[in-house]
Amino acid sequence: MTGRKVLLENVNIPGIETFEVYQKNGGYRAVDKALKSMSPDEIVEEVKKSGLRGRGGAGFPTGMKWSFLAKPEGVPRYLVCNADESEPGTFKDRYLMEKIPHLLVEGMIVSSYALGANLSFIYIRGEFMWILDILEKAIAEAYDKGYLGKNIKGSGYNLDLRVMPGGGAYICGEETALLESLEGKRGNPRIKPPFPAVKGLWGCPTVVNNVESIAAVVPIVNDGGDAYAQIGLGKSTGTKLISACGNLARPGVYEIEMGISVEEFIYGDDYCRGIANGKKLKACVPGGSSVPILPHYLVTKTATGEDRLMTYESLSDGGFVSGSMLGSGGFIVFDEDQCIVRNTWNFARFYAHESCGQCSPCREGTGWMEKVLHRLENGNGNLRDIDLLAEINKKIEGNTICPLGDAAAWPVAAAIRHFREEFEWHVTHREESQTRNFGLISQPVTA
Amino acid sequence: MIKVTIDNIEVEVPQGTTILNAARQIGGDVVPPAMCYYSKLEGSGGKCRTCLVEVAAGSTADPRPMPKLVASCSTPVMDGMVVKNKTSERVFENRGGVTEFLLINHPLDCPVCDQAGECHLQDLAYEHGSSKSRYEEEKRTFDPIDIGDKIKLHMNRCILCYRCVQVANQLTENRVHGVLNRGEHAEISTYIENAVDNDFSGNMIDVCPVGALTDKTFRFKSRVWFLKPMEAECSCDKCAGKTVLWMFGDEIYRVTARKDRYGEVEDMDGKPGWICNDCRFEKKDPSKWNIIGPRVIDRHSVISQGKYATNIRNNAKKLD
Repeated sequence: MTGRKVLLENVNIPGIETFEVYQKNGGYRAVDKALKSMSPDEIVEEVKKSGLRGRGGAGFPTGMKWSFLAKPEGVPRYLVCNADESEPGTFKDRYLMEKIPHLLVEGMIVSSYALGANLSFIYIRGEFMWILDILEKAIAEAYDKGYLGKNIKGSGYNLDLRVMPGGGAYICGEETALLESLEGKRGNPRIKPPFPAVKGLWGCPTVVNNVESIAAVVPIVNDGGDAYAQIGLGKSTGTKLISACGNLARPGVYEIEMGISVEEFIYGDDYCRGIANGKKLKACVPGGSSVPILPHYLVTKTATGEDRLMTYESLSDGGFVSGSMLGSGGFIVFDEDQCIVRNTWNFARFYAHESCGQCSPCREGTGWMEKVLHRLENGNGNLRDIDLLAEINKKIEGNTICPLGDAAAWPVAAAIRHFREEFEWHVTHREESQTRNFGLISQPVTA
Repeated sequence: MIKVTIDNIEVEVPQGTTILNAARQIGGDVVPPAMCYYSKLEGSGGKCRTCLVEVAAGSTADPRPMPKLVASCSTPVMDGMVVKNKTSERVFENRGGVTEFLLINHPLDCPVCDQAGECHLQDLAYEHGSSKSRYEEEKRTFDPIDIGDKIKLHMNRCILCYRCVQVANQLTENRVHGVLNRGEHAEISTYIENAVDNDFSGNMIDVCPVGALTDKTFRFKSRVWFLKPMEAECSCDKCAGKTVLWMFGDEIYRVTARKDRYGEVEDMDGKPGWICNDCRFEKKDPSKWNIIGPRVIDRHSVISQGKYATNIRNNAKKLD
């Protein structure tokens, strides 16, 4: 099974980044169709029918998010595309924007039309400066051909699309921090409520969507929401871009049909072709650095012995005790030679560095965890540090303004839950832990 | 008016009131501690997370409990909401956690800190802190810097409540004061240590819940509990001129705004009673003031524990 592709089907056609080639291969059909024959509400209906879920990580149904948008008279509405992709292990949006920028532009036009926005933004991460150029070129072409600007294709609908680069802060991927940054302020997350759907950019109703979610609107409009919902499994409809990295034989960005098994994704010939250099799988972070890590015995099978599938539901099967999350699709695989303590410290260091410092649990807690993990990794830890970490975790999780606190706490909590032996080994074998890795952990007799 | 139940006490408040303000209407120990919220400053609150409360029922229409603890200072009440503050163990546990976070990098230099005795972090630690620290790492440190010629910033003590930033934004014209860097390295600063030069900059000292911003005319002069607070007024063309003088004998040690039991400046003629820098820093001569009488301080406060507390209490009775 190779699975259907709806986003990256044409990605390898030479010159697809140009308007002509993109349009020749069926591009901008969705704009033509939407503006000529569909009302904005019909598009929202189709997106609802498609069951599309936000691809940025939280998996919130996009259609529902759109229907929450407040529509007061005389107030502009905005659509903002969140291209501030900075989660460690996630690089799917970058690939999409680099290779096929017109897909995003087309998605932005259709989505803006559906939401009634006349000015839309693509907020792009500051480190992606070359992609900014690619997108601006694509947008200039679209303006040239009359797909952007005043009275698009004679429909009477006006849309301006701008690309705004951020300063390269992970926190600006949080939607309200993104809006603050877009307004030119310090990227601190706002206190919710009010949600952006009511009071967003400059106090106006705003929808913030991930690049992939917006791109997926194009096939939904082209083929209808029902056809999109046919792809995938259950409530996880459609396809998902997975950026696979780590110790894989063939890492990269894959568009998968939701519902293929994790085993197939890791070992299948069409996908990652197993672990590199014939090593064994030790652990896997299936959805970007902020989701809980899974030990090898929980990656391909759930705790109840069923096959684990690449869907929102199956990956979170067992909750945080024995499951994880699909997240943003940053699939990180570790082989037997990797040190989980070191990796956990690495993640914690990232979150400590990226915390905005606004609320106390995250500002102080992430830094504290990082320091404790640094000590453990370097053979200066105590056994009580492991419990301390677990407790700091509990005090951060759920007590912060934005989800960054949770994102910092979950990977540490999961690593301790599943790899406690390895953490303890780092304390009990201080010198040995500096020279070799722990290797595979033993599988519990009963899960 | 909508009805909300906090710790089994029902109270009626107008639509849009936050849980914290509803609790303040009840008063007493139902009120969650607030380190960053300041009702007179727009946009304050939500940051320190000490005011977290449990919402056991969202509203009459939707009685489901809220899964997470919510910041009471920024969550509006709904009709029929049931809130647990001191009756919830979860709240105490997590507030203890927040207190621990606030204290790990705090220098705990109360014996030499001018804020001791009227410090909100001291009160919070007294109520929710533990007697031992689990923090073994090195504390982060900054050098004290001058913000203008009358204000000293001890960033080590700061809890980043953003109140002073809001004062600088809302009471003064030039925005030269803000937060630099992020995460653990975030610090309050003026841009490249620019001086804050403004008639109302001194109010930053009053809003600071800890000893991060201190009055340079008062630094190391006296412990606050040795001084007697006297209500006083003067005619000032910049502010209302209604202040509290902190005196020792006939000498004025410092001048502050009149603050209520939550540490917020009291309203004067319907407006927040911010005082200007002239009143705060320059008028240290009692002849310039019309001294009204002793200021009533909460009898639990350490300031009331001094010798002269009895006098205050007698006067308070008269005032009642």
